Amino acid sequence: MPKDFLKGVRDRYDVVVIGSGLAGLTAANTLARAGYSVLLLEHHYQLGGMATWFKRRHGHIFDISLHGFPYGMVKSCRKYWTQEIADSIVQLKGIRFENPQFSLWTTFNREDFTRILTERFGIPRETVVAFFDAARRMNFYDDQHTTTREFFEQFFPGRDDVVRLLMEPITYANGSSLEDPAITYGIVFSNFMSKGVFTFRGGTDQLIRLMRAEMERNGVEIRIRSLVERIEVDAQRRVRAVWANGRRIACRAVVSNANLKQTILELVGEQHLDRDFVDETRAVRLNSSSCQVYIALKPGDGFDYVGDLLFHSEHRGFDFDAMLSRNISSRTFSFYYPDIRPGSDRYLIVSSTNARYEDWAHLSPEEYRRSKQDLIDTTLDCLEQYVPDIRRRADHVEASTPCTFQRYTRHWRGASFGTKFEGLKVSKELPQQVPGLFHAGSVGIIMSGWLGAVNYGVIVANEVDKYLTPAPVRV
Amino acid sequence: MTRDQIRQVILDILAKIAPDEDLSNLKDDVPFSEQMELDSMDFLDIVMELRKGYRIQIPEEDYQHLTTMESTVTYLEPLLKDVESPAKPAG
Repeated sequence: MPKDFLKGVRDRYDVVVIGSGLAGLTAANTLARAGYSVLLLEHHYQLGGMATWFKRRHGHIFDISLHGFPYGMVKSCRKYWTQEIADSIVQLKGIRFENPQFSLWTTFNREDFTRILTERFGIPRETVVAFFDAARRMNFYDDQHTTTREFFEQFFPGRDDVVRLLMEPITYANGSSLEDPAITYGIVFSNFMSKGVFTFRGGTDQLIRLMRAEMERNGVEIRIRSLVERIEVDAQRRVRAVWANGRRIACRAVVSNANLKQTILELVGEQHLDRDFVDETRAVRLNSSSCQVYIALKPGDGFDYVGDLLFHSEHRGFDFDAMLSRNISSRTFSFYYPDIRPGSDRYLIVSSTNARYEDWAHLSPEEYRRSKQDLIDTTLDCLEQYVPDIRRRADHVEASTPCTFQRYTRHWRGASFGTKFEGLKVSKELPQQVPGLFHAGSVGIIMSGWLGAVNYGVIVANEVDKYLTPAPVRV
Repeated sequence: MTRDQIRQVILDILAKIAPDEDLSNLKDDVPFSEQMELDSMDFLDIVMELRKGYRIQIPEEDYQHLTTMESTVTYLEPLLKDVESPAKPAG
């Protein structure tokens, strides 16, 4: 008989959380702390969603999305997780750009960028100050029609080198492009510029282990390999239960950390929703996906410090279509040194590129295998200039594609950065359509990335708490 | 609760949200945000703590009343008038 992964699960909970990305984990933990009974269901065999890792022969551990979140993560981890988790966050000081237009190192904060923009790029100081202040002032309620391209054009007309410096890292971080609303850029960029780029010492596996321990202390019931097939609603459209691994589990509320469109169109089903809302959901654009190449050096071998994050491009100017193209000319290298996992002696490199699902989804098995090998070969060729003799020194090399991301996260089209801006409105309005059903996950670009996901988990947990708290008796 | 007791409840919540801030010199008539580093997530935390501790529902349109200590206490006074003061800090 197959193992029952739901063994010991009760028939009823206050809240069921579907999916264990950082938003799902944080919502589950926040609600358990508030005193609710919470069941967390994850289809995969480990928690974390895109905050994940994998192990390979000879003890290599590869992180998927560890390098590069803003300082705000320290405060959010302290408030919504534990001091120990917050204390493990460390700065990555070597952010590097290598492209036909410029070659430079930076700590990626406002002070250093002001220096670079004035000294290297010859931008007047008052323009730089005005740009930073304008980005800083942006918030969700501002004009949503100005694009990032128009925003840059106001301050740096005709300067595609400046645009590249300002945009390339944000595209790496959240998949956004120059056509996305300027406010999404302003909010995310300002978050990074406050103090720079940070990572988690100990690796993603350690972070998720600590989060799991904290959830268990707060009483969250956690089950892996448990796929939610359906969210059950009654005639008034109220959430009644979820169906997972063929079993019904009753609940008062659901937080779905699954993809927004799948939550609404598949798990609930359009027959339970207003036509307009279904149309609006269908119109939400998913963000792009990624390819990655993972390279581990032989145990005992290492390389000199070449920076932590390196934005490499052979393309002239910032060109989003070129960045998505199978004909790769832009790559971001994350270099992992032994000190990121205290006690380890390993040097690893993860190369990331933005990618389109449709470029990978329809290949024959043979074409797919060959394309992956080509991705590996061109990546190693490129890496050779930073880590000489890499082919001989590599102990393990493998690649992932949008199809890989789809398989492990179940996100449509392997979307690795959630949805475009309009997804946020649909996510926020879902509880008005289906009372008791909430969505928390990467949406709208601003609620994406590690910090966005954690904070959105809290914001949604607050809404759930509001929904479940009976109104006070007025006398 | 009296105004003084409500003030203490808010102080306890702020101390929990911003443990590194010195709150002993907090001025009641000056916005919180001008005296300490508080972002929108911190205000959300205040609202969540009040709901957890005292079952007070604060609708989003009322967040504007939570600007200074004085305005916050004035806003909460009628909502908390029949509630006992906590024996120890909320949480």
